[in-house]
Amino acid sequence: MSLETYKPGSYPNLPPPLGTVGVSGWVRNNLFSSISNSLLTILSVTLLYYLIFGIVDWFLLDAVFDANSKIECRKINDGACWAVVSRRIGQFVYGFYPEAERWRIDITFYAMFFAFAPLLYPDVPKRKYLLWFSGIYPILAYLFINGGYFGLTKIEYSLFGGFMLTVIIGVTGIVCSLPIGILLALGRQSKLTVVRTLCVCFIEFMRGVPLITLLFVASSMLNYFMPPGTNFSILVRVIIMFTFFSAAYIAEVIRGGIQAIPKGQYEAADALGLNYWQKTRFITLPQAMKISIPGIVNTFIGLYKDTTLVVVIGLLDPLGIARASLADTKWNGLSIEVYIFVALFFFVSCLAMSRYSLWLENKLNTDHK
Amino acid sequence: MTYLHSIWRNEKSREIIIQIFVLLCIGWFLSWLISNVDANFKALGKDISFEFLFIPAGYDINQYLIDYNNRDSHLRAGIVGLLNTGLVAFFGIILATFLGVTIGIIRLSKNWLASKIAYWYVEFTRNVPILLHILLWHGIIINTLPHPKQAISFADVSFLSNRGFYIPKMLTENGIELVYLFVVIGIIFSILFMKYAKKKQDLTGAQYPVFWINLSVIFTLPLIAFFLSGMPISLEIPALKGFNFRGGMYMSPELAALTFALGIYTAAFIAEIVRAGILAVDKGQKEAAESIGLKPSKVMSLVILPQARRVIIPPLTSQYLNLTKNSSLAIAIGYMDLVATLGGISLNQTGREMETMVIVMLIYLSVSLSISALMNWYNNRVKLVGR
Repeated sequence: MSLETYKPGSYPNLPPPLGTVGVSGWVRNNLFSSISNSLLTILSVTLLYYLIFGIVDWFLLDAVFDANSKIECRKINDGACWAVVSRRIGQFVYGFYPEAERWRIDITFYAMFFAFAPLLYPDVPKRKYLLWFSGIYPILAYLFINGGYFGLTKIEYSLFGGFMLTVIIGVTGIVCSLPIGILLALGRQSKLTVVRTLCVCFIEFMRGVPLITLLFVASSMLNYFMPPGTNFSILVRVIIMFTFFSAAYIAEVIRGGIQAIPKGQYEAADALGLNYWQKTRFITLPQAMKISIPGIVNTFIGLYKDTTLVVVIGLLDPLGIARASLADTKWNGLSIEVYIFVALFFFVSCLAMSRYSLWLENKLNTDHK
Repeated sequence: MTYLHSIWRNEKSREIIIQIFVLLCIGWFLSWLISNVDANFKALGKDISFEFLFIPAGYDINQYLIDYNNRDSHLRAGIVGLLNTGLVAFFGIILATFLGVTIGIIRLSKNWLASKIAYWYVEFTRNVPILLHILLWHGIIINTLPHPKQAISFADVSFLSNRGFYIPKMLTENGIELVYLFVVIGIIFSILFMKYAKKKQDLTGAQYPVFWINLSVIFTLPLIAFFLSGMPISLEIPALKGFNFRGGMYMSPELAALTFALGIYTAAFIAEIVRAGILAVDKGQKEAAESIGLKPSKVMSLVILPQARRVIIPPLTSQYLNLTKNSSLAIAIGYMDLVATLGGISLNQTGREMETMVIVMLIYLSVSLSISALMNWYNNRVKLVGR
């Protein structure tokens, strides 16, 4: 090998060695950097190969989308039998809500986006006016879905079902549990012993028992605690339980946020002469909420997923409809198809929620990085 | 008037007034609830008594750890249920920990493909409700596994079918005590050896292969005892009789579905916890460990993991608790756990909602509270001491 000599400052700019940049460099660095890494890559590729081909075949290529029964499905092809879903899609979405009235659900659902937009995105145009709409939306939605006013037929709660029921329980629970959770978190940090003890007891009780036992209480025992003769709908009782349950979890998340605020903030607030509520409103909560956004959204996602538990006490949420379809002799044994369909719905909506939380976190992140 | 005003202006007396007011409200609320319950119970002619616990339950439970038949009391049925909850939680926790730690580490791997696969595993699993996982696994097991007659057999001693997984049962005979004794001796030895090795390493820096020595001791000692005492264990092999297998040990499809579902679902959360814990360790720690010449495996086991452990263990425990609480969803597929026995069939048969639910809730509550107490103690012990 001959050594070339260069004068100082005249060394030519050589290109980087082959295989360290570009596609091949990326592949070498990320997939084949060592023997074990290469093995892992080969393993992953094989796994993906079988997974993707198996899934695409079963899901789409060999699947049957319309047929009258499982037996007919199997005659046509041996993939998934989506007919069980496509034949009952109305029930999966609306439950047993009368077909002629389903437009009410659609309108309420689309209106929900207008109601939530100003709350979720601060830069929505005409936000001031939309916020008024957000304020009255819950009352409108209740009147519209439930009916009994303005010439709308009254619909019994027992007919509610499907994804609509999931959204009703989930959204109501989420909206109601946030303020209660904040109050509980403040109560738990309070100087007043009685208030603190009460909040701790409530939070620990709710967090200590499985949700399903609370739902049993809601379905079979809550009426005992009401004056004789009171009878309010199972749906309302269930929503109350969901609200309390997730409020307890939110309280713990926010407490974590409150405790993470540097002590200097409180000392500064005291030095300015702010009273308790001013301090809470202007110093504690804005900072605590910002820190606890990921935790709060996770709790919301948990609540939303937990709405499926209502099937155990006999409400017809998507899982209830799914089980009802499977009980039909025509569709017996198609549980995988039905459950995967419901799972996809939850996957999409929960992913949307967690992506929103990531976006919000980045937006509010004022750290100097 | 000014006097009252000054009481309200004084912080101490104001606090006392507010607290008394809150207490009065709560007291009134509770007495209102109790009077309602009283009135409702009178109207229905019910009372509160726990005698129902001692009358025969009258229903069957297909999976049990202690002997049970339908002439046993509701209390015993409840205990069987509680043990079943423990059983599924135990298996679920093992599966979830193993899977979760593996996936958490793969997510941090430099291999782009593997880390993406792990990422999508986490996203897919944790965004789908746990109840759906359970029903899906149950559906897969029931619908895709063969009938007992065509059961998949493992060396003709274990059988997998849609009625469950049958494995040989170990029956102990005379002389088994010696084996038990040697197991205990093996465990004591390994604890002592671990302490000795640590002390030696602290003093001189010399390292022993502690893990392998202990592993072989724990396995060989009982094995020697087993042969010395004349092989006091015999196997009861399951056999096909009629439409199902008889004999041997049995894992019902419900237990299997529940274990898989709980394990796989919780693993996604554990993976995130493990990942966050490892990332929480300062980068400088890793660089320093590498620069003093430790091997990558030692960097992980001696520097990163001990520091990550402090961050990982509290949320990990709460995931274990969640798994245990989620196992109550067993009722949806008919696995007889605590909620399904005492809070399900016993409740329906005796009509004692209040009593059964109180017992079930108290049991869950005491488990959670005692584990949280343990966690608080642990947190205080490993806490970094600040200013």
